[in-house]
Amino acid sequence: MDDLLNDFIAETRDMAQALSGAIVAWEASPQDRERLDEIFRFVHTVKGNCGFFDLPRLEQLSHAAEGALAEVRAGTRVADTRLVDAVLAVIDRIGELVQALETGESLASEDDEQLIAAVSGMPAVPAIVDEAAAPEPEARKSFRSIRLSVDLLDRMMSAVSDAVLARNELARRLRDAPRDIAVEAAFERVSTCIAEIRDGITRTRMQRIDSLFSGLPRMVRDLAADLGKQVRLDVDGGDVELDREMIEMIRDPLTHIVRNAIDHGIETPEARVAAGKKAAGTLGVSARQTGNQILIEVTDDGRGIDGDALVRSARAAGLLSAEQAERLTATQKLALVFTPSLSTAERITAISGRGVGMDVVRANIERIGGVIDIESRPSQGVRLSIRVPLTLTIIPALTISAGGQIFAVPRSAIDEILRIGAIRIDHVGAAEIATVRGRRVPLVSLPDLLGVEGDVPREEQKIVLLKPAGGQVYALAVDAVHDHEELVVKPAAPAVMAAGLYAGTTLADDGCPILLLDPSGIAKRAGITLAENELHQALRATEEEAETERETGLLLFRTLAGGTRAVPVMVVERIEDVPAEAIRFGAGKLRVTIGERILPLAGCDAAPAEGKLRILRLTDGRSEIAYGFAEVIDIRSVVLDLHVAPTPGEVAGVALIDSDQVELLDPHWLFAAYGDEVQEEIVQPVCALPEGDPWMETMLRPLVESLGYRVVAAREGVAADILILSEESAGASPVKAGQVVRLRSRPETGAGGDSIYRYDRAALIGALSRRSPAKDAANG
Amino acid sequence: MAELLLIARLGGRRVAFPAASVEAVVELEGITPAPCAAPHVAGLAALRSRVLTVIDGVTALDLSSAGRTQARDAIVIPCDGHTYALLVEEVEDVIEADAPSVPLAAPVGAGWDRVAIGTVEVGSELFLLVDPYLLIAGPAANAA
Repeated sequence: MDDLLNDFIAETRDMAQALSGAIVAWEASPQDRERLDEIFRFVHTVKGNCGFFDLPRLEQLSHAAEGALAEVRAGTRVADTRLVDAVLAVIDRIGELVQALETGESLASEDDEQLIAAVSGMPAVPAIVDEAAAPEPEARKSFRSIRLSVDLLDRMMSAVSDAVLARNELARRLRDAPRDIAVEAAFERVSTCIAEIRDGITRTRMQRIDSLFSGLPRMVRDLAADLGKQVRLDVDGGDVELDREMIEMIRDPLTHIVRNAIDHGIETPEARVAAGKKAAGTLGVSARQTGNQILIEVTDDGRGIDGDALVRSARAAGLLSAEQAERLTATQKLALVFTPSLSTAERITAISGRGVGMDVVRANIERIGGVIDIESRPSQGVRLSIRVPLTLTIIPALTISAGGQIFAVPRSAIDEILRIGAIRIDHVGAAEIATVRGRRVPLVSLPDLLGVEGDVPREEQKIVLLKPAGGQVYALAVDAVHDHEELVVKPAAPAVMAAGLYAGTTLADDGCPILLLDPSGIAKRAGITLAENELHQALRATEEEAETERETGLLLFRTLAGGTRAVPVMVVERIEDVPAEAIRFGAGKLRVTIGERILPLAGCDAAPAEGKLRILRLTDGRSEIAYGFAEVIDIRSVVLDLHVAPTPGEVAGVALIDSDQVELLDPHWLFAAYGDEVQEEIVQPVCALPEGDPWMETMLRPLVESLGYRVVAAREGVAADILILSEESAGASPVKAGQVVRLRSRPETGAGGDSIYRYDRAALIGALSRRSPAKDAANG
Repeated sequence: MAELLLIARLGGRRVAFPAASVEAVVELEGITPAPCAAPHVAGLAALRSRVLTVIDGVTALDLSSAGRTQARDAIVIPCDGHTYALLVEEVEDVIEADAPSVPLAAPVGAGWDRVAIGTVEVGSELFLLVDPYLLIAGPAANAA
């Protein structure tokens, strides 16, 4: 409130100053309509503001002057000298009061009535308002503030940016020059100062979000009254600061959301009481800063959004097939609220209860790099959260290059960065489709799109997966990916924006201009249909998940001989570098010492003369062998089409991966060939535990380990002495285990009968001790 | 009150720009291309911490015969919150006009008609007075 009052004081003072000329002119010719209007506007504005701030004296004065001037404007009163004098006296008094308000002094008010009476053209009457009933606002301590134009701030900002660039230039020069500690220290100091100044100026652009929230109480009151509802507004976090421009950008979406919540969310008092709720609904609006984002939440305790109704509407509108509708998750159903064609149709809105223009709200939020999420519980209410960046002007971005030129991509739109080798690319007519982990997305080549010559061959390009605001995910092929940077972005000139590909311009550290790419613009230009596809995309992703599971995870590596081979990821325990001296040839085989253990070494014929050897540690769950290789190429998930080798050996066969023939290692043969010798080295029995079960992991595992077992995850290809399963886990486990122990979570015996209650420690230890290491050790 | 004029060579002609609309004359070091932007945009350049949109003067005239400006100098022109650098062959001088400019009486040639706003006399020589904002707007604005 203090901020607002200060604004009011400053504004009134400015206006009064600007008006002084008009007053003099009006005094000289009271018939001057233009001057009259100007003065009228001033008192009218002051009156309006006073009502808001509860400043009764100012209000009465300005009200009286306004009334008198209105009569003059209407022609029912002549602007004679007496009136002009009286109005001027009132304006002077307003100036004095504002001055007093600023310094916190109080000003005698005895002659207010006389001034008012004079303006009203009546003889002086006794005071209408008792002095006690119109208390002065409490004395405020002097608050020093000035009003600055945003232009000036921008100029300061750009001057500081200049300073930063000069500093960078200097830093480069210093690096090339011979070192001088004193110069470097001085330079450091300058750097720190510049950073501080930059920070300060950035902050001057910030404004408390209060200015956005302050209008809410009135709006909520009016709207609730119109709709015959009772709403309690709960505003929190008004002191959060946000870029001024950003506040303006959020204003409309927030208003819209609040309106929706009251109109469609909160029920009538009768309906609420009938539903066992308090008659008055609660609307919460809060803001808080999380990292470099501002989170604004609007919650209501109304009826919530009926996801199924939305689905019915979408079905009716022909946007969804029955099959698709079936598959939607609760979240996906709610997200239908944002579907454009769904929310614009009135008929559907009436059913869905909410959704008027929510697509527009989302588009607006996303345009400023924000994200909007919706959560709803039937008859308990809705929570809408908006996340927006702190400022519009500084955008975290990734710099990339295409055709030798550097561009920036807003980080908020980036899903993932990949090597081109990591994805499959299919040509469908002229279009290219990339498959990233079972998800098919359109591929756009940035150099081609921009009509420039790419710098690097296709296979060395990088892929940036982009998720533009409100659009479909697509892959952008670029020549290189450089760095993450915080960029000060300015709008580009219209002739540049006309390209439809850019969101703005910025300067790199070396002072060169960089264009900020607009991910949705690129999608549009590349002809990728937006938004409509989003839903189907989500559905397709779900469909393809099943297919992905049948794929085998393969580690592709280059052998020491230079060939390309692959090994199932499942059998790879880890990758390690071992020094050449750890490798010894003995007892007919190469062996490598790793820590306390000796592992047989496959994959190479002789120990390297010096340096290091990179090895894969392969495990079958019981024993390990080492496999020497040159370098990791990639980890891929593929559906294997194996051409089996004619004779068993190290290589099981050949498969086509990225149109390359890749030899697949045969772990079975490897362990059979090397494994027998390993047996004796392994003294620990192995216990397999299901993956991802927190109870097993945190409660059971220590107990099992204390009994001398080595614990492995129960997955494909693992062999164990004992497999522990929870009773609930149905079906066969992929683990080959000597013994299976089932645990139940309830003390009473379950249907199976042979399970052990999971806290029956004695029974557990008994089951595990049947093959306890102690016994093994005694026997061995 | 004679108008100050900036005399420059553009498209082989010596023309006058109102100096009031000109902020500075600079030599540009490097121009970053802006692919797919309007054809008369030569790219972007940095002037201290500001990004200038570089306008190719000859292309902006839409003289089909000429190629791109054999640029030497750039005239810095602020316009609508953006700053432009107009590439011209050469900036000669800033001088005072002898008399106020006179509206065009006859067509002055393809491309030029769109950007010329009159003629102005300087030192007994008659120059075409060119509106730099019309040049910046580019040939596409012709239709409007």
